[in-house]
Amino acid sequence: MELLERFAAGDLEAFEALFRQHQKEVYAWIVRIVRDSGIAEDLTVETFWRIYKSRSRFLPAGNFRAWARRIATNAALDHLKTARREIELPEDLASAAIADPAVRRETRDRIKQAFFQLPAKYRMVATLALIEEEPYDRIAEAMGISAALVKMRVFRAVRILRKKLNSLVAEVGAK
Amino acid sequence: MTNEENSKEIKALLKAAIDPVKDPELRRDLWPQMLRKLEEQPALVVSVPWFDWALATILSAALVFFPGSIPALLYHL
Repeated sequence: MELLERFAAGDLEAFEALFRQHQKEVYAWIVRIVRDSGIAEDLTVETFWRIYKSRSRFLPAGNFRAWARRIATNAALDHLKTARREIELPEDLASAAIADPAVRRETRDRIKQAFFQLPAKYRMVATLALIEEEPYDRIAEAMGISAALVKMRVFRAVRILRKKLNSLVAEVGAK
Repeated sequence: MTNEENSKEIKALLKAAIDPVKDPELRRDLWPQMLRKLEEQPALVVSVPWFDWALATILSAALVFFPGSIPALLYHL
């Protein structure tokens, strides 16, 4: 019996094999959304817990990777909806490149503040599309919505940010 | 300013303030944590949605108050 068939039948060893195959990829996707390694680890486990619980609904001929990513996206979105405080980027996750020095710390803080105040579904698409530069169709597949809707949410997120940062944009643009 | 320009400008500001996560590495195997969760919360517990309970209650009440409907129900099953 194939691995996915054994998993769908409730075989724990098959589940462990799938877990080990996909945990890094699921973690990498989640950490891009929640931007905290500890939370991303917990949500990775939560994702596989949801996967295990709904194993009977998985069709062995289906795409496990895409299914797992969609469940991971939902788990991350649920987290964003409940997490109210601003999440600071840990140093270890930041890229080696230092952000534009022209943008001062105060300005960066204001942008971050505006960003973290976005409603969860807009923050998610803005993170993936604008910061992580993931293609719209990939985001759409992960969220279970159309690419057109992703585009619309990005547009709305930009509009909300624009309102919040209006004075700031003028200030930076004048430099 | 067009929507595209607007979007580009906001994107540039965001990227200057929030760095993308580059090549995130999972530093440890999460399987032991997964096993603990599986042991703590067995997945085979069946949860019944509230509306199923509501339907069952309504049906039970109907059978108690209108016992004449039992043969009709059995006929249709």
